[in-house]
Amino acid sequence: MTTASAEHAAGRRRRSRSKRWTLGRTLRCVILLGFAVYCLIPLLWLLLAPTKTDAQLVGDHPLSFGSLDQVATAWHHLIAYDSGVIYQWLVNSVLYSAGSLVITLATSVLAGYALATTRVRGRRLILVLTLIAMIVPPTALVLPLFLEINAVHLTNTAMSVILPGAFYPFGVYLAFIYFSTSLPRELMESARLDGATEIRLFWSIALPLAKPLVGLIAFFGFVANWNNYFLPYVMLSEQEMFNLPVGLGAVISGTPALNPAIGGSQLPITRPEVALAGVIVVLPIAVIFLLCQRYLVRGILAGSVKS
Amino acid sequence: MVNRLAALAPRRRRSDAHGWWFLAPYLVLLLVFGLLPTGYAIYDSFVVDSAATAGSSLGTGNYQNVFADFRFLPALAHVGMFLLLWLPPMVIGVLFFALLLHDRVSRVTGAMRLIFFLPGAVTGSASVLLWYCMLQPSLSPFAPMLKAMGLTSDAEVFQDGNLTLIFAIMAFTTGVGQWIVIMYGALQNISDEVLEAAALDGCGPVRRALLIKLPMVTKYVLYMVILSFAAGVQIFVEPQLIYQITRSAGSPWWSLNQFGYALAFQSGDFGGAATVSVILLAISTLAALLLIFRTDFFSTEMDR
Repeated sequence: MTTASAEHAAGRRRRSRSKRWTLGRTLRCVILLGFAVYCLIPLLWLLLAPTKTDAQLVGDHPLSFGSLDQVATAWHHLIAYDSGVIYQWLVNSVLYSAGSLVITLATSVLAGYALATTRVRGRRLILVLTLIAMIVPPTALVLPLFLEINAVHLTNTAMSVILPGAFYPFGVYLAFIYFSTSLPRELMESARLDGATEIRLFWSIALPLAKPLVGLIAFFGFVANWNNYFLPYVMLSEQEMFNLPVGLGAVISGTPALNPAIGGSQLPITRPEVALAGVIVVLPIAVIFLLCQRYLVRGILAGSVKS
Repeated sequence: MVNRLAALAPRRRRSDAHGWWFLAPYLVLLLVFGLLPTGYAIYDSFVVDSAATAGSSLGTGNYQNVFADFRFLPALAHVGMFLLLWLPPMVIGVLFFALLLHDRVSRVTGAMRLIFFLPGAVTGSASVLLWYCMLQPSLSPFAPMLKAMGLTSDAEVFQDGNLTLIFAIMAFTTGVGQWIVIMYGALQNISDEVLEAAALDGCGPVRRALLIKLPMVTKYVLYMVILSFAAGVQIFVEPQLIYQITRSAGSPWWSLNQFGYALAFQSGDFGGAATVSVILLAISTLAALLLIFRTDFFSTEMDR
C-alpha cells in the first residue's frame, strides 16, 4: 500500500470513529496515560533527586525541585569520592564500549556479508552456532570466560572486557539478514564481470549500502556494552578499572548511602550523590534511545519480517 | 546455457575462498569467546579434584556436589519463581500496551510510545538504585500506594519474602520498555487492508486486536518469551546488589548465577562454578534450539 493511500485510510478511520467518544476510548486513554505516568515518575524522581539534599529527599515532596546549587554540591561530593575515580569510570565505560564496538563492527559486517553472499562449507553450522550464541545470554559464559582469561593472565585488564564484549553474534545475524535481503545481486554480478575484486565489491558496493546496518549494530552493541555489569564485575578487581555500572554498584554497596541504617559514614556520599551517579549511567543511553528509536523499529524489522 | 554455467562455476569457487577470509575474524571471536569457554566449562565440570589422592579424575562428582549443595535448590526455586512472576505479566503487558497503542495512531500515541520506551534504558545497577528508592515509603513518589498495601517503613519492604516480586517489578519495567517498541513495530507491519476489511465486516477494536493482530505477531511473542526466559534464568546483579545494600534481604547465593559466583570466588571451587555454568548454558541453549528449529524466525531465502 502506498503512503498516500495508507494515510487516506487512516484518515478515514479517524473520521469515522472520532464522532464517538465512547467509554472504550476513554478507558484506553486513561490506561495509556496511567502507564505513561508509571514509566515517567521513577525517571523524573531520578532526575530531581540530585537537586535536593538527603534530608529534602525524605522531607519534601518526592517530585519537588530543590536547587541547581545542590546539583553542583552533589557533583563535587561525587568527584571527591576516591579522588575522582568516577572520571576514570566514565573514561573506562567509553573506552570499553567503543573498543568492543569497533571490533564488533569490523568482524560482524564482514562475517554477515560472507554468510549472505558466499556458500562456504559449514555455512549452516556457523549460522546455527551464531543463532545459539545470540540467544544464550552472555552472562551464562562469564565464569568460564574468567577461567579462560585468567589462564592467559589477562584479568583486570581493559582487554578482558573489550575482547569478550566484541563477540556479538546478534550483529552478525543483523548483517546476514541485511545483506541477504537488500543487496542488489545484478549490481554485484556486473561489477564482478567488470573485473572488480571481491574486496573491492565489498568496500565500494556493499559497505556504502550498509549505513543503516552499521547504525543498527552500533546502537545495540554500544548499549549492550555500556550497560554490561556481570562481565566487568567478574573480570576487574581494581576499582580504577571499573566501568560506570560496576562503579555505581560499588558506590551503592560500599557506602551506607542507600542504607543509612547500617552505620554512619565519613563520606559525603548520600542518596542525592548516588542518584546523580545513576543519572550519569542512564542518561547517555536514554538520549541515544530517543534519538534512534524511529530508525530502530524500521531497521530491526526490515530484515527479520521479510516473508 | 551450458556455457553460462561453466563461466559461473569458477567464479563461485573464488567467492568461496574470499568468504573464508571475510569470516575469519568473526570465527576467531566465536571460537575464543563462545566455543572455547563452553568447552572448557563442560570439561571443567567433569574434573573432580580428590583431596585423598591429591589428584584429579573425570567423573560426575561436581554435579553430585552441586545438586546436593544446600544453596542449589533454593536458588533454583528463586529463579523459577522469579520467571513465573515476571514473564507472564511482561508478555501480557507488552502485548496489551502495544495493541492499545496500535489501535489508533495519533500524535499522542507517538509521544506515549517514546515514554513507554524510556524505562528500557534503566538496567542493571542503575535499575537497582532506582527501584530501591522507588520502593521505600520514606522516599518514593509511590509512597501512598505502598502505604495502602500496608508497607509503612522501609525495612518492611526489603524482606526475603518480597524479593522475588521486587526483582520481577524491576525486570518488568525494563523489559516492557525494551520490547514494546519491537512489538509495536511488528504490529505496524500488518497491512492496512486486512484491518480495514475486518473493520468493514463489523469487527470491533477488541476483536480486531485479539483475533487478527495477535495471531499475526505470534512469532515475535515467542521470540520475546524465549529471549527473556534465557536472560531471566541468568539473573545476577539485582539480588547481588540488594543483598550488599541491605545486608539482610536475600543472600550471596539467592540466584543460580550468584551461587556459581560464590562457588568460584568465595569457596575457590571452580569445578562447581563450571558445573553451575553448564547447567545454565544447557537451559539457555535448549531455549535457543527450540526457537531456531521450532519457528521459521531464522529461516532466510537462502535456506529455502
